[in-house]
Amino acid sequence: MTALTDLGVAAIRDGVRKGAFSAVEVAQAFSAAVAGAKALNAYVIETPEHALEAAEQADRDRAAGNLKPLSGVPLGIKDLFATKGYQTTAGSNMLGGFEPVYESTVSGNLFAAGAGMLGKLNMDEFAMGSSNETSAYGNVISPWRRSDGGNAPLTPGGSSGGSAAAVAARLAPGVTGTDTGGSIRQPAAFVGITGIKPTYGRCSRYGMVAFASSLDQAGPMARDVRDCAIMLEAMAGFDPKDSTSLQLDVPRWEAELSSDIRGKRIGIPKEYRIEGVPEEIDRVWEQGIAWMKDAGAEIVEVSLPHTRYALPTYYIIAPAEASSNLARYDGVKYGLRKMPESGGLAEMYEATRAAGFGAEVKRRIMIGTYVLSAGFYDAYFNQAQKVRALIARDFERVWEECDLLLTPTAPSAAFALGEKSDDPIAMYLNDVFAVPASLAGLPAMSVPGGLNEQGLPLGLQIIGKALDEQGVLNAGLAFEERAGFTARPEAWW
Amino acid sequence: MSAYRIQGATGEWEVVIGLEVHAQVTSKAKLFSGAATEFGAEPNTQVSLVDAAMPGMLPVPNQECIRQAVRTGMALEAKINAWSRFDRKNYFYADLPQGYQISQLYHPIVGEGQVEIEVGEGSAKRVGIERIHIEQDAGKLMHDQHPSFSYVDLNRSGVALMEIVSKPDMRSPEEAGAYVRKLRSILRYVGSCDGNMEQGSMRADVNVSVRRPARDGQEVVPFGTRTETKNVNSIRFIMQAIEYEANRQVDLIESGGTVVQETRLFDPDKGETRSLRSKEDAHDYRYFPDPDLLPLELSDAFLEECRASLPELPDAKRQRYERELGLSAYNAGVLTAEVETARWFEELLAATGKSGPDVGKAASNWVISDLFGALNRLGKGIDESPVSPAQGAELLGLVADGTLSGTLAKQVFEIMLETGEDPAKIVEERGLKQTSDTGAIEAAITDVMAANADKVAEYRGGKDKLFGFFVGQTMKAMHGRANPQLVNDLLRKALS
Repeated sequence: MTALTDLGVAAIRDGVRKGAFSAVEVAQAFSAAVAGAKALNAYVIETPEHALEAAEQADRDRAAGNLKPLSGVPLGIKDLFATKGYQTTAGSNMLGGFEPVYESTVSGNLFAAGAGMLGKLNMDEFAMGSSNETSAYGNVISPWRRSDGGNAPLTPGGSSGGSAAAVAARLAPGVTGTDTGGSIRQPAAFVGITGIKPTYGRCSRYGMVAFASSLDQAGPMARDVRDCAIMLEAMAGFDPKDSTSLQLDVPRWEAELSSDIRGKRIGIPKEYRIEGVPEEIDRVWEQGIAWMKDAGAEIVEVSLPHTRYALPTYYIIAPAEASSNLARYDGVKYGLRKMPESGGLAEMYEATRAAGFGAEVKRRIMIGTYVLSAGFYDAYFNQAQKVRALIARDFERVWEECDLLLTPTAPSAAFALGEKSDDPIAMYLNDVFAVPASLAGLPAMSVPGGLNEQGLPLGLQIIGKALDEQGVLNAGLAFEERAGFTARPEAWW
Repeated sequence: MSAYRIQGATGEWEVVIGLEVHAQVTSKAKLFSGAATEFGAEPNTQVSLVDAAMPGMLPVPNQECIRQAVRTGMALEAKINAWSRFDRKNYFYADLPQGYQISQLYHPIVGEGQVEIEVGEGSAKRVGIERIHIEQDAGKLMHDQHPSFSYVDLNRSGVALMEIVSKPDMRSPEEAGAYVRKLRSILRYVGSCDGNMEQGSMRADVNVSVRRPARDGQEVVPFGTRTETKNVNSIRFIMQAIEYEANRQVDLIESGGTVVQETRLFDPDKGETRSLRSKEDAHDYRYFPDPDLLPLELSDAFLEECRASLPELPDAKRQRYERELGLSAYNAGVLTAEVETARWFEELLAATGKSGPDVGKAASNWVISDLFGALNRLGKGIDESPVSPAQGAELLGLVADGTLSGTLAKQVFEIMLETGEDPAKIVEERGLKQTSDTGAIEAAITDVMAANADKVAEYRGGKDKLFGFFVGQTMKAMHGRANPQLVNDLLRKALS
């Protein structure tokens, strides 16, 4: 018999429904796996009691014929989501020990759908990072290792690195991630799982610790496309507590899943073929294009002319918003407070923020403060806003020629921990394929495409029109059926 | 009226004043959260998770606050911007939990408008409104609760304010005072701000500069460097601050110094302003559009609803009182200056069941002399009046139908003030009714004439002035209750 932890979201849901196993058994199996995988550092806190309680309720609900969409499914929750009564730190010392008295809408929606929580997942501090190395709780180690025999610890990607590692290592059937400039898609690609960032506004940001408000968006990460569809359906929905959340009904993504994409036009943006990207990325991309053709899609070469400005634009807008969003962490109301021996309010601010924030967060606050400063605002922030509008217009125009876009998710496979931590620009380049869709607020998903020569997963990204998550999911499903990606890391932890 | 000038050692100076009035929007809930806004509550009892800037909390605009700002703009004849946007003003302070104030720098909800003010008898002047924007108030620091810490009260944090920015159109402390009074009156008519300056519902940042008056033929004299005196919270203080600041600037310039653009503070105890911070260490607020909020787009239907809900405003009301009720400009002005007065007066008119100049004049005179006199004496506002509009109308009716003379009416009114009883009841129970009993009056006249035979002779000898004496004596004999017209007629007959 397959281990329960080998099952994904749909399989667990259906198994509990059919009575193949109990929800409690599932919760216990995953909690045990979590407890045994501390070497990965994927979870910052473990909450088996939460998962168990939800499972017991699921079993009672089953007996009463009252099952909910996620009854019996235990999930990992990224530590960016406020969880009532459970420590929520956003991976920062600044919020060490912070226990919110409120629940984020997304985690609340999942729990209301019957899911339980296995624990809070490690992440880059305030979601700022692409390797999970900026976490105050130490980096997550990817469950994957290169097949070269060396055991160099690899990054699971970031910022949802704990989330990615947990799914890949079977420490949760599904998890929440958040994506500001690739933080769901890049780690999903690095560990060979599926993750979707929906259209901006699909998921409420209420209770999600803010990084860059105009970009932040929650999404699921799971074993496959169907699991993502199930989770996203539970997570999404209009929330009057978030003015930017979309006042739309949640589509029935799972019920409408279909891998029949015959006649769909899939665009291949030529600007995504960039210098210095390893050949293996091109190769998996070509393979993906072939699979899409095989599925009956029409492949069209398209152009998104402002693509090369996306990364610098992103690294102006996101830090600008972050510099303001993170001003609330000042030692006055909650979280860390450092009181110097002498001095007043300003000295308390300085000491608190110096001690509470890590280097990358400080760097982005500095960048953001700079680009908003008098005399620089027009040259940087205002200009970036204009370029952002042009990037969005590129996509609007390209939809006249195609229905979806297929691109690489990241410019490389997972790299070794420490490999890029001294070079912020190299680190930022990880997001090069992810940020355009973020800036335009479009749904985008990473699906595993295969392994490279070192045995590491590579992902491809499918970008869709605003609100067309269904199109993205369906193309993902067609891709998934052809890729037949079943590789998983061998347990060493 | 001659222009206000500062007499300096080197000649005359003109004062240029612009005001930024912060008016708290009348609303049960805050601008971006559902927390209450009641004044004087225990510290930190009106604070939501949003107001405390908890991680992941988001602002959601309160429609009522938006509506009140739009109605205010309409009352100030201002351009309403159907598309506006919120910006963040970033700075660190312990009373600002988010580390930024949500305001509107780039695209305010209300554009240019105007307020008509009156300075001195009948000289009207228009003061331009530059813009009105909506923003959040900050919390309050308390420095007297602990020897080495300051405490923070977030009750006010997030309360909605309208910042009403005037053009630099005022030229004297009196004009500034008249402007704030008029603005306050309009806001209170509209119901968008209670105008309570003691409780901080209205306060002003006062911008003052001085320059030489324009000489003949000279069209534009450039503005001098201005200073901004923050948070002045009474009309008197605003006028004092302007006067002090203008004189300070003149003295400074004339003694060879230069005015520094800076923020200043008004000290009400000393009646002077002092420097708070200069431009050099001014904040860089790093304004940018708030990404948590969508732009505000106002529909035509919403704008129509706002316009339809506007009451008659003080200027229109004053003109109507003059036109329809035949009131003097002065009376009409007094009765319309405060919304409560106008409301009381109109309830009074309605209760008389009559309309037009006759009742209008009598009612306005009675309100302004008798009622205001009494309220003044009692130290009460019109909304605390012991006499209701219905009772006032009844009293006026008793005068109009001849039941009460003016003198009797005053007596009855005094009793009403004391007892709260209705005038008809007082008249009935105390027999204060005016009498037109010819026999009784004639009998009284006979007695008075008999007792003052010498004066009768003098009168008949041509000393007409004595007529008043006989009226007085007769009324006295009648205990003030005789119909004065009848007394006059009968006296003339008897004395002739």
